[in-house]
Amino acid sequence: MPTRIGKYTLQLDKAPGILGFASVAGKKEKEGPLGAFFDVSHTDNTLGDVSWEKAESQLQTEAVQTALKKAALEGKDVDYILAGDLLNQCISSTFGLRSLGIPFLGQYGACSTMAQTLGLASLFVETGIARRAVAVTSSHFCSAERQFRFPLEYGGQRTPTAQWTATAAGSVVVGAHGRGEVKINAVTFGRIADLGIKDANNMGAAMAPAAAQTLHDYLTDTGASPSDYDLILTGDLGAVGCELMDEILEKDGIDIREIHNDCGLMIYERQAQDVHAGGSGCGCSAAVLCSIILRQLSSGELKKVLFIGTGALMSTTSSQQGESIPGIAHLVFLESQAK
Amino acid sequence: MDIKVTRTEYQQMAETVSPKSKVLRNCVMAFLVGGAICALGQALTTLFLSFDLPEKTAKAFVSISLIALSAIMTGLKVYDKIAKHAGAGTLVPITGFANSIVSPAMEFKSEGYIMGIGAKMFSIAGPVLVYGTCASIIYGLILFLFKMY
Repeated sequence: MPTRIGKYTLQLDKAPGILGFASVAGKKEKEGPLGAFFDVSHTDNTLGDVSWEKAESQLQTEAVQTALKKAALEGKDVDYILAGDLLNQCISSTFGLRSLGIPFLGQYGACSTMAQTLGLASLFVETGIARRAVAVTSSHFCSAERQFRFPLEYGGQRTPTAQWTATAAGSVVVGAHGRGEVKINAVTFGRIADLGIKDANNMGAAMAPAAAQTLHDYLTDTGASPSDYDLILTGDLGAVGCELMDEILEKDGIDIREIHNDCGLMIYERQAQDVHAGGSGCGCSAAVLCSIILRQLSSGELKKVLFIGTGALMSTTSSQQGESIPGIAHLVFLESQAK
Repeated sequence: MDIKVTRTEYQQMAETVSPKSKVLRNCVMAFLVGGAICALGQALTTLFLSFDLPEKTAKAFVSISLIALSAIMTGLKVYDKIAKHAGAGTLVPITGFANSIVSPAMEFKSEGYIMGIGAKMFSIAGPVLVYGTCASIIYGLILFLFKMY
């Protein structure tokens, strides 16, 4: 059973392991710095389908199928699947996973969804209610643009603080840990933080306080210090959000600059690929985690990683009504077992 | 424990960290591209007039030509690439209006001809039409009142 440490952190005493993981990426993501690490990639962002939504569903299907294959498991071996995406009513997840026949729980945490589903899947395994659980999320640039912003061919200008929604998906299979797999040691589900940012084109700034708060909570609860970890990986604050998170923590005397990186900054060459402040979308942190990060954790190149998924919890309606943007961040502590 | 930054402090921090749009560059680009589109309009007017068309007809032809050109460029997925640099230069002239109607029509084709193309076509241009019409009514009323006396 998990042990509650401090006020917000759940320590997983049995430490579930990551049995398999997979990432699927679109064209732009494949052309980025992490191109070589993705399991599946597509040169056509429609994935040969008739709508962007169908394409995104397919990203999720492929991510789950590949992750199961890599874990040498089948759908029937999985007790629960926790999935989410950015589209209204989470249709990428429901349509992409409907044929699997696995008990399904849809999740919404905006771009934090990968950390949320991974955290919950770990708890399901830790408590014994599932032998194996799958966490999966996706996003697609084109389906997100048409829902949240403008049609693709509309001649508008993006602001310098805007982030680029990644066309990608990532999936993790969690089960009882054996030898060798990456372990999940602790989970901290975050509290909503809102410091009044209203600009929907500056989501990094909106999410940074939540990320700082969750990390602060985790460090307070466990008594750990940032130097105990190889990497604090946020996803996806982008350039603006990262700087703000570091500044907020500095005010509390916590310096993470040396070991802080962000999925939104890793997935693209920011200047060359013209993505302004960086990548975003639940598929961004999912695909970065399920490509380079879990590979490096599996090989022992990385030992201890705090993965902090961050989400901006607004809708087009709340933005049009002039509301500020509530941010959320969930933390998952991953540890390598490689020698 | 809660983080120490207050809302007011944070607004200031976010303001400092967030890069600003390049206003001067955007203005220059908008001036050049917008001006080029207007010059093209003038060239077309001269061309149509040289065919001995009445001025009113020639001007209508210019609008139609520019709208068609913009619609085709939107369809060929070029317009947004120019607009990315030109900003208001491609947004303000009649070509921008055409782009704002064609782009949702293309995008929402997947929801069908009625609720997709039909309903969404004016989702960006709609407000322009509403307030444009309102403004012209007010303008007409003022003109009418002035002419009465």
